[in-house]
Amino acid sequence: MKLLTHNMLSSNFVKGVTKGFPLKIMASKIEEKEVDFNPEFISRMIAKLDWPALYTAAGDIKKAEGLPETITENYESNEDFLKIAHNLLLQVEIIEGDLICPETGRKFPITNGIPNMLLHEDEVTGDK
Amino acid sequence: MTESGHLPTPDISHLSSSDYLKIYEPAEDSFLLIDALEKDVNFLNQLRPTVCLEVGCGSGLCLTFLAQILQTKALFIATDINPSAVDICQKTAQQNNISIQPILTDLVSCLGDRLEHQVDVLLFNPPYVVTSSSEVGSHGIEASWAGGVKGREVTDRLLPYIDKVLSKTGVFYLVIVKENLPDEIKDILGRDKFHCDVIITRKSGPEHLSILRFQRRHSDCNS
Repeated sequence: MKLLTHNMLSSNFVKGVTKGFPLKIMASKIEEKEVDFNPEFISRMIAKLDWPALYTAAGDIKKAEGLPETITENYESNEDFLKIAHNLLLQVEIIEGDLICPETGRKFPITNGIPNMLLHEDEVTGDK
Repeated sequence: MTESGHLPTPDISHLSSSDYLKIYEPAEDSFLLIDALEKDVNFLNQLRPTVCLEVGCGSGLCLTFLAQILQTKALFIATDINPSAVDICQKTAQQNNISIQPILTDLVSCLGDRLEHQVDVLLFNPPYVVTSSSEVGSHGIEASWAGGVKGREVTDRLLPYIDKVLSKTGVFYLVIVKENLPDEIKDILGRDKFHCDVIITRKSGPEHLSILRFQRRHSDCNS
């Protein structure tokens, strides 16, 4: 699971959870895989991100070093910034670990790089 | 383009008959969706999609094909309720040197909030076969075809999310058979809100399949 994907996930479908975002990451296996740097794509993606959630997630996996806490102005033309974002969003892969609901502590396992966001039958709300 | 004039379909030689005991084997409906995307290739490239999502990805064949035909890079997210499907979807993407982000989830339940008005291309080949309601709702291979009443029980659970997740210029491709009553689907999505085109239709044995494409009539998501 890439941090880009993590940025899109919430646990607000769990009974009683209002926001469920961002999910805390507890990683037991992380890999970095080289992906071609495409500044135009990264810029388009950054516009859709929740940056504070990315910053928190990077901290969870101890990769926040060098990452600005807030989004850099005119980032589209800032190659250094885009390269940091590229590495974090696309090259870092969480292979094994858990995503943790910030409100209930419910764990969602990541296995072989795939997050399991399914609920057990007794957890499913009637209206969602 | 190949000699036949078709864009090449993804390589699925990594899949074997044992996989097809666990996931839906690509069939006429899957290939009809691929043909619809191929027919729309120029339209899709003009959209310059950033976020593409396939709900119920199965083998991942259709989303992999979309990733192959788009000229600009995008994020491809695939969801399925069947654990074997998300595993195999990841392998299909790797086999074709495509990057897809699989998530084991029910429809879009863990994505709905963050993807609000973000999805540029949404694909859904639902379980559309008319069955009894009791057959719907498994996490195994039955989930790939059992559609319950009108073959619409699963589709009808996704429809309320379409307005929420589609971007201003977003498009939604839906596989249907005529028993799914497409006029009702258009009513549910809102005829004043979404324009519907039938991209392609094919009769395959007893199934009368179509691919519908929905787009907003107004680029203002709230109108």
